[in-house]
Amino acid sequence: MLTVADLYASYGAIRAVRDISLEVNEGELVALLGVNGAGKSTTLKAISGVLRPIQGSVRFLGEEIGNRKPEAIVKRGISLVPEGREIFGGLTVEENLRLGAFSSFDRGRYKADLEEMFALFPILKERFHQAGGLLSGGEQQMLAIARALMSHPKLLMLDEPSLGLSPAMTDQIFELIVALKERGTTILLVEQNAERALEIVDRAYLLATGSLEFAGTPEEMKRKVDLTSVYLGGDEDEPCEVHL
Amino acid sequence: MIDLEFAINTISLGSLYALLALGLVFVYGILKLVNFAYGEYIMIAGYAMYVLGGFGYIPWYVTMIAAVLFAALVSYTTELVAFRPVRTKSMTAMLVTSFAVSIFLQNLVLIPVSPRARAVKFPAIFSHTLTVAGATVPVRNVLIIGTTVLLLAGLTLLMKKTVLGIAMRAAADKFTTTRLMGVPANLVISATFIISGFLAGVVSVFWVSRSASVDPLTGSMPLLIAFIATVLGGMHSLQGAVIGGFVYGLLFNVLSITLPVSMISYRDAIMFVIVILFLLFRPEGIWRKGYTEERVG
Ligand SMILES: Nc1ncnc2c1ncn2[C@@H]1O[C@H](COP(=O)(O)OP(=O)(O)OP(=O)(O)O)[C@@H](O)[C@H]1O
Ligand SMILES: [Mg+2]
Repeated sequence: MLTVADLYASYGAIRAVRDISLEVNEGELVALLGVNGAGKSTTLKAISGVLRPIQGSVRFLGEEIGNRKPEAIVKRGISLVPEGREIFGGLTVEENLRLGAFSSFDRGRYKADLEEMFALFPILKERFHQAGGLLSGGEQQMLAIARALMSHPKLLMLDEPSLGLSPAMTDQIFELIVALKERGTTILLVEQNAERALEIVDRAYLLATGSLEFAGTPEEMKRKVDLTSVYLGGDEDEPCEVHL
Repeated sequence: MIDLEFAINTISLGSLYALLALGLVFVYGILKLVNFAYGEYIMIAGYAMYVLGGFGYIPWYVTMIAAVLFAALVSYTTELVAFRPVRTKSMTAMLVTSFAVSIFLQNLVLIPVSPRARAVKFPAIFSHTLTVAGATVPVRNVLIIGTTVLLLAGLTLLMKKTVLGIAMRAAADKFTTTRLMGVPANLVISATFIISGFLAGVVSVFWVSRSASVDPLTGSMPLLIAFIATVLGGMHSLQGAVIGGFVYGLLFNVLSITLPVSMISYRDAIMFVIVILFLLFRPEGIWRKGYTEERVG
């Protein structure tokens, strides 16, 4: 479904990722792991068109999308839940969801889609007319995911959805990811919490300082990669959450 | 009934300044660009009225509507031709472009028309006065208030109830994320330039009617007023711009009647002192709430 080949991306002169190749097949739940600054978000930004790749290709459903604009890519069925949630704080929950449906708006389907989101996230119904900025972190994360789902994505990309959430809320988000996968959504998940992620994904990629370190099933990764050593090379300020 | 007169005239002046400031902030909100060419859209609309009025047989209201639409068109064209190509470059490139557009538009009328002021015809009703509850006020001032009320109501509906409006509010807050929703960047930016130009056109009708003349530098004073009003009210929200416009109008009129005659020429200087105090002590303006500083990239 998604094939990234030899992808290079940079911020001006700062080379952020190099020679990334990865694949996500239909119906799969795939994790992209790595320490802070490894290039996970950069990879997702390049796929979603926010950052134009300087080299390499991104193919989605057989079409090259590496040089497309973000608004064109979401129309083709890739939706990104950005790092830090990026809720529109001054807009109501309703307006946030309405924009989520922008790329594929269908009046007849819209009401039913909202009802579906309320079923997945009952809190959004309660907060429907409140400003997004007034929601708690966990509620904002739910809103961000619901907003992305409103476009009926064929591929959902989640960038650290558990970041900054309480353990209980983190559990809820992980349960939700599993539920979405079971509904048939294809998901590319970026997580700091590698241990948790490896419990639920089909396959995983490991990024280190901008390039691909390992790819395989969770079992292979746990067996062959000494995650602690990889993680120790990372940012010292952020305590590592992985103890394998 | 000097008080009612004062009130109506102040609300009228504030309304005009509110529309002025709003037009500037619409573009600032999305692009974080103070568009120095904004005054020129006002000037151009003035020339449109001068040219159309010169034919003699076009009804005045048709002339005015055409001038307003022309200002919107010119604003949109500057976006397409000048701003769009440099949008992803540095902020400095954008600012320089807006200066260049401003000078270009001034020369566009300066060379073929004349650097000298041209008389613009207005219907007699614009200079009549009206007596409301004992207060004598110019009809024009009542028209300004009415127009502003209608426009503010219309814009509020647009921003709150239409998807385009919601997308524009979202884009002023988080531009990249708005694009991730599938909202085309060009759509939002073009819409803001069209609205900005439209407001400039409406302001132009009333601004030019005061002196009934237009010259290539007609736009510079309104640009300055719009800028000061947004500093007072706050650059970061449409509400702030409207509040800033009204506060500016009030300050201006209060200074006008309280300053002794010998001091009246210092009125503008006093306004600048107030602006500098605001920049020093309340740089975010009266209305603090609003969007962030993310730039379009
Ligand atoms: N906007 C930016 N400008 C310049 N450099 C950036 C920018 N964003 C990220 N980088 C750099 O690119 C590299 C990869 O960053 P990226 O955000 O992709 O990492 P990440 O794996 O998502 O990390 P995290 O877990 O902290 O989110 C880092 O060295 C980072 O400093
Ligand atoms: Mg990241």
